[in-house]
Amino acid sequence: MKKNWPLWEVFVRSKNGLEHRHFGSLHAADAEMALENARDVYTRRNEGVSIWVVESKDITASNPENNGEFFEPAQDKVYRHPTFYDLPDEVKHM
Amino acid sequence: MSNEQIKEMEIERSLEAQFEERILRDEKIEAKDWMPEKYRKTHIRQISQHAHSEIIGMLPEGNWITRAPSLRRKVALLAKIQDEAGHGLYLYSACETLGVSREELYEQLHSGKAKYSSIFNYPTVSWADMGAVGWLVDGAAIINQVPLCSTSYGPYARAMIRVCKEESFHQRQGYEIMVKLAKGTPEQKEMAQDALNRWWWPSLMMLGPTDAESVHTEQSMKWKLKRKSNDELRQQFIDQTVPQAELIGLTIPDKDLKWNEERGSYDFGEIDWDEFWQVVKGHGPCNKERMDARVNAWEEGEWVRDAAMAYAEKNKNINKAV
Repeated sequence: MKKNWPLWEVFVRSKNGLEHRHFGSLHAADAEMALENARDVYTRRNEGVSIWVVESKDITASNPENNGEFFEPAQDKVYRHPTFYDLPDEVKHM
Repeated sequence: MSNEQIKEMEIERSLEAQFEERILRDEKIEAKDWMPEKYRKTHIRQISQHAHSEIIGMLPEGNWITRAPSLRRKVALLAKIQDEAGHGLYLYSACETLGVSREELYEQLHSGKAKYSSIFNYPTVSWADMGAVGWLVDGAAIINQVPLCSTSYGPYARAMIRVCKEESFHQRQGYEIMVKLAKGTPEQKEMAQDALNRWWWPSLMMLGPTDAESVHTEQSMKWKLKRKSNDELRQQFIDQTVPQAELIGLTIPDKDLKWNEERGSYDFGEIDWDEFWQVVKGHGPCNKERMDARVNAWEEGEWVRDAAMAYAEKNKNINKAV
């Protein structure tokens, strides 16, 4: 075996109006084969109307070990939530 | 031991404690999260065994595609086998998230280092075996698998949810075959009974060694790789299957099988665990045949994989040149 088929990540839109969601991964020689394999592996029962594939090595991911400092900036910003604001009781819906 | 080593061990221990707490709180563990080496290894072992079982599991059924008695049966059997290929692939890709490559996993299967479910080392000698396999083997598999949908490792749990959704048709198509045969001519009913006789005990063994003998249970329970013990799962399988056999006039091949009013469960006879261990160790009726078929498929397919890769690289280079 000279070179192994690379790994691809598969994203499927289950119906129009919904976003593409990560479904899993698979191996394929190129993008076209990855799409066809994704169709056969992940949409055998009409689970999708659109598929994206991307080579796994092209994805940059955040590192969970740095989650503390990475997501920290949002933690003390309660004023970004509607419940932070006081309203008179008379106002029922806002 | 140097101070530094001691410090490292302490950090490791506190990370591990935090990790176990996360699982206790029902938090999922994802691929890039810190995990104890033992957790990683245990998961690679279990998920890959599971994947291998799906892949090897296609072989005994593949034997009957060309001889299915009708087009309806043939498309159903084909679809079931395609699902098994799919399930194997979901599971291999879940396993790869733990940092092991597909090639290593195949290598472990082909060299005999990794195991697959022993049930697939039994032969499928008649069409009724397609019924018995779907009804009993998939039935036992479902009982094993449903609790895994809420296991602690995220990629495995997600793969299992998909597997379980698809699996229920497998059992139904098998039972339907048995129903039809049991209602057919005396010869057909005999065929169904013969298949039940041969598959019953191996199906019970499929749920694993008795609790007293099972080495992995305690740790696996903690990590939610297991939610119920082997013996509990086996009892569940028996209690659910016996009435299904009675309904179609087939007899479970166990003279000690008896409803126990007090327990609200069936008592059953002794399982021949010597046979189980013989098959696990490679001395089942079809171990060699299955492995040969698998290795052969892999080796004979090598030129196709290489050609596809060469073609992909050539295209990439052409695109670069333009």
